[in-house]
Amino acid sequence: MGEAMYELRYEEPATLDAAIGLITAEAGDVRILSGGTDVLVQMHCDMIEPALLVNIKNIGEMRSIEKDRGGYRIGAAVTGMELVNHPDFGNDWPGILDGVRLIGSIQVKGRATVAGNLCNASPAADSVPPLMTAGAIAHVVGPNGARDIPVTAFTTGPGQTALEKGEIVVSFSLPERAPRSGDAYLRFTPRTEMDIAVVGVAINLTLDDGGTCTDALVALGAVAEKALMVDAAGAALVGTKLDDTAMQNLAAAASAACRPIDDKRGTKEYRIKVAGVLARRAAAIAATRAGA
Amino acid sequence: MKKTHVSTTVNGDDVDFLCEPTQTLLDVLRDELQMTGTKEGCATGDCGACSVTLDGTLVCSCLVLGLEAAGKKIETIEGMANGDELHPLQRKFIEHVALQCGICTPGLLVAARSLLEVNPDPTEDEVRLWLAGNLCRCTGYHNVVEAVMDAALEMRGA
Amino acid sequence: MGMMPSPYGTQLPYEEKDTKVVGTNPKERPDAVDKVTGRARYAADINLPGQLIGKVLRSPHAHANIKSIDTSAAEALDGVKAVVTSADFPDQPVLHASGGEIMINFRDVTRNMMAREKALYDGHPVAAVAATSESIAKAAMKLIKVDYEVLPHVIEVVAAMAEDAPLLNEEQFTRGIEPAPEKPSNIAARMVTKLGDAEAGFKAADLVIEREFDTKAAHQGYIEPHASIANYTEGGNAEVWTSTQGHYMNRAQTAKVLEMDMSKIKVMPAEIGGGFGGKNLIYLEPLAIRLSQKSQRPVKMAMTRDEVFRASGPTSGTNIKIKIGMTKDGRITAAEAELNYQAGCFPGSSLPLCTPTAFTRYDIENVQVIGHDVICNRPRVAAYRAPGAPMIAFGVETVIDELAEELKIDPIEIRLINAAREGTQTHFGPKLGPIGYVETLERARAHDHMKTKLGPNQGRGIATAFWNTLGMETSATINVNQDGSASLVYGTVDVAGGMRTVYAQMAAEELGIPFDKIRAQQSDTSSQGFNFPTVGSRGTAAGGMAVVKASRDAIARMCQVAARIWEVEEDEVVWEDGSARPASANVGDFEPLSLAEIAAKAGFMGGTIAGHAEINVTGGGPAFSTHLVDVEVDRETGLVKVLRYTIIQDAGKAIFPDYVKAQFHGAAVQGIGMALNEEYIYNDKGVMENPGFLDYRCPVASDVPNIETEIVEVPNPNHPYGVRGVGEVSIIPPLAVISNAIYDAVGVRMRDHPMSPSKVLKAMDEAAMKEAAE
Repeated sequence: MGEAMYELRYEEPATLDAAIGLITAEAGDVRILSGGTDVLVQMHCDMIEPALLVNIKNIGEMRSIEKDRGGYRIGAAVTGMELVNHPDFGNDWPGILDGVRLIGSIQVKGRATVAGNLCNASPAADSVPPLMTAGAIAHVVGPNGARDIPVTAFTTGPGQTALEKGEIVVSFSLPERAPRSGDAYLRFTPRTEMDIAVVGVAINLTLDDGGTCTDALVALGAVAEKALMVDAAGAALVGTKLDDTAMQNLAAAASAACRPIDDKRGTKEYRIKVAGVLARRAAAIAATRAGA
Repeated sequence: MKKTHVSTTVNGDDVDFLCEPTQTLLDVLRDELQMTGTKEGCATGDCGACSVTLDGTLVCSCLVLGLEAAGKKIETIEGMANGDELHPLQRKFIEHVALQCGICTPGLLVAARSLLEVNPDPTEDEVRLWLAGNLCRCTGYHNVVEAVMDAALEMRGA
Repeated sequence: MGMMPSPYGTQLPYEEKDTKVVGTNPKERPDAVDKVTGRARYAADINLPGQLIGKVLRSPHAHANIKSIDTSAAEALDGVKAVVTSADFPDQPVLHASGGEIMINFRDVTRNMMAREKALYDGHPVAAVAATSESIAKAAMKLIKVDYEVLPHVIEVVAAMAEDAPLLNEEQFTRGIEPAPEKPSNIAARMVTKLGDAEAGFKAADLVIEREFDTKAAHQGYIEPHASIANYTEGGNAEVWTSTQGHYMNRAQTAKVLEMDMSKIKVMPAEIGGGFGGKNLIYLEPLAIRLSQKSQRPVKMAMTRDEVFRASGPTSGTNIKIKIGMTKDGRITAAEAELNYQAGCFPGSSLPLCTPTAFTRYDIENVQVIGHDVICNRPRVAAYRAPGAPMIAFGVETVIDELAEELKIDPIEIRLINAAREGTQTHFGPKLGPIGYVETLERARAHDHMKTKLGPNQGRGIATAFWNTLGMETSATINVNQDGSASLVYGTVDVAGGMRTVYAQMAAEELGIPFDKIRAQQSDTSSQGFNFPTVGSRGTAAGGMAVVKASRDAIARMCQVAARIWEVEEDEVVWEDGSARPASANVGDFEPLSLAEIAAKAGFMGGTIAGHAEINVTGGGPAFSTHLVDVEVDRETGLVKVLRYTIIQDAGKAIFPDYVKAQFHGAAVQGIGMALNEEYIYNDKGVMENPGFLDYRCPVASDVPNIETEIVEVPNPNHPYGVRGVGEVSIIPPLAVISNAIYDAVGVRMRDHPMSPSKVLKAMDEAAMKEAAE
């Protein structure tokens, strides 16, 4: 064989330690095979040629969804469909499910994992904005031990994350839900399904008994090199009853925060405009879910 | 590339094959097991023509590695009929002219069967949304939806 | 040239009669069970022992001189058994021929299959390898060194027509201009069709509207990628299984580029997974044969989806100008169209075929259509279901609507005022025979769809279409078996799955035997002579004509056998209800002889019964359709949702009515996709940015509603069962009908295609700003 022949090594470690050991020992490009719905496509399209593929789906703690101190701890290898079909998760975090449902078709969701969606770090990833507004935390383990990374600090650029060499996401946690709170994620795509988001907006808000918003977090996807938390957008809602003025301010703040590109999925101007439109619509849904 | 020996179950039968690490389950079904009922339309998970179930879950076989099939239960279109008795979905597809060229049909049937397993009484919208991962260029989906609704009706014993 | 009606053509007159099998929906379709069980064998499903896997190396540049190709490292790689480049294929002179629904030039055909001096588009084949596995073939491709000299490129049709555009071919001078130009041009040809005096006609108009439209290229989007498997034996014969709409044309083109006798190539059309016009040209077949020849092993090749988009045959992107003049009573006095179509990197867009459709729904005395066939650095176009017509209708049908609005005439009424009817002179030559255009309009007007109430931001559109039905060379053979069953061999590739059923229906009707006694099977190229590819909606019409003629030929033979048995004259025997009978009581007291009884004796009585037809079919029936659509436009995002869609189309006679409706559905949904979201997107390097189903956005099941359909039957008088082709007409109206509905909903006219959300939003915003300024 000549030097052109590509060899891929595939491993299925049974424990986290074994996985980390394999990853740190490999000098070449290592990819984690979670759902595989991004990695396998990238390999097929010759975008990547990993030396080592580590399948983490046999590692027990990666597969479970657990209630944890009022919140949830979701393993990195939990699939989209498993999350969608969970009896309680959608009641607490319908906005995250909105995003997960849009990751792809039923077939894709049958394999795709939220952790994979996060780690692939597409600026348009559908699960990321609602995870950010939920305050999700990624639990990461590596050769230097364990650490937590808030999802808001996890993706750093297109295809780039805060992970160091040898680190893997093991699970991510969601906090306990405050009463009278609700979240929603909307995205714009030309077709009803199967598209990558042109713009994505997540809103997580809390209302008091009188219907006034006491807390609101807004995140935008597909309008910058990574998903963005937009403090000004959330601030536009706090202290209001989501009246027309508040909604207009929300939309303006969302649009102002965009720094999108022109690409085959949408123009700059379009994304900026629609970010505002979707912010208003997502806020309305979140408010209804919060019991407005 | 070096090949690995894999044992798995396809349509209830124990099978073995050799595959390279980059071969997908789709490649393996078609090229190593000569089960060509599952089709390649895009190899990137965008068309659903390669749909199979893996341990009961509907997936695109182009998004699963052959090596990942070890020890799993795979169901393909070839296992859908019961001997020479067609599954109600297969019969209804024929009856309602829900197939023309037929290349997307195995994927659609596997996906539809999966739907009816989790939701035996879907609305038309639910059928359309579930099948959004299966592209068809010939039928315009109209007869496909009718066939699935009619099969669901029959399977509910209504 | 290739598609002129033959003066020796065959057409059989329509017979009004009650039918038993024709016009019903058979419960058993010969192809269906194999397709629903996964048994049906498409080209990529076929494997031969010892086969190699072939892959194609493609240019990454839109336009480049190929200085050299060094394949030595690839050839040295273990497992590589053959490599080919253009050096393995002889050059071809300029020689024009028919290529399905478009014209081809063999000089270009060989270059499209494998680049010679230049790479002309991103994806253009430059070399191919055959190896013992796909991974080795891929590794081999990386070892092939191609020295490209990158050149400036041009992508869009208007840019390619400009004086200073980069030229693809320095030897191309625009044909159809007198005197012949001195400067080469990307404009390969200028074509003019005239009727009457358009200038005078416009002077006589009270209102003239002139508009310009731009459409992007689209792809047929068949779910089955091209695949071929070839086996070349040392005796110099090649057998090829391939995905094709026309195996005879495929063989003819392949034989020419390989300089082999046609008789030495046997092409077997596999079950085809969609073609829609895109599988009429040769892509992989000559490469696979040559690789097989060099390696002495079968070679299997399949395109990836990426390759299908980049390197098969999409439609033309277009720039269209439409000008229509009308009296205040709504009568069209003159119509003009300028059709600028990009053909991809070699000349031969579908202009000759779609130009006749431009205004042929209307009775107009003064028409001028000017067409420009333009080359640019894109894959060479192929036909796509009524090729070129949806774009023209996008122009014409929306301008008609604008005229209707200005003159305050209802859009259906205005079309009725001008409707083409029997006897109308077309602008492309013939006068129309009996047609069903008016019927489709009247049924549309009366349809339940028109009664649906529309809400805010909802609108309704109407648009109409015409397409003709091709005839051409068609064969069928009926072999009557001794047990009374019959084997029907047809030469027209069954592209949509239903043709073999309708052939069996027509044969059953003619022979008077049950439908399930006839088994229809596809020929390969050795079992019949040349058959034209299945294009131009000719499957049921032309194929059916041959089946009927072959059936009648078999009947004549069977009557001859009966006559011999009874020892009477041949003209004293008639065929009725599946049996030979004496023509009258005077002939003699003979019991009827069934097909089975005759077949059992036929061998001894002169020879096995076979009925043949090898004809050139003429008398194709023009087909018309009226579409209605309701849409809802999201004013804040520009998203257009299709709420309700209705098709009323004249099928002449529906042999298998449910299948006819299924064809309407499929064509309309492809049209909806083309209208709303499908387009080729290129970057500034001339590389296609969306060569996959993720970003080339075909409609998914949740994007479209049910499609309501009504079949009108105005029989085609030149076909024994009155058939008109149905497959293509309904892809024509969607662009226009959706544009008209968007206007009705939100008051903006879309002239830039596709009507994707960002474009619709921009149009609405611009209209709002304009209104605010006024």
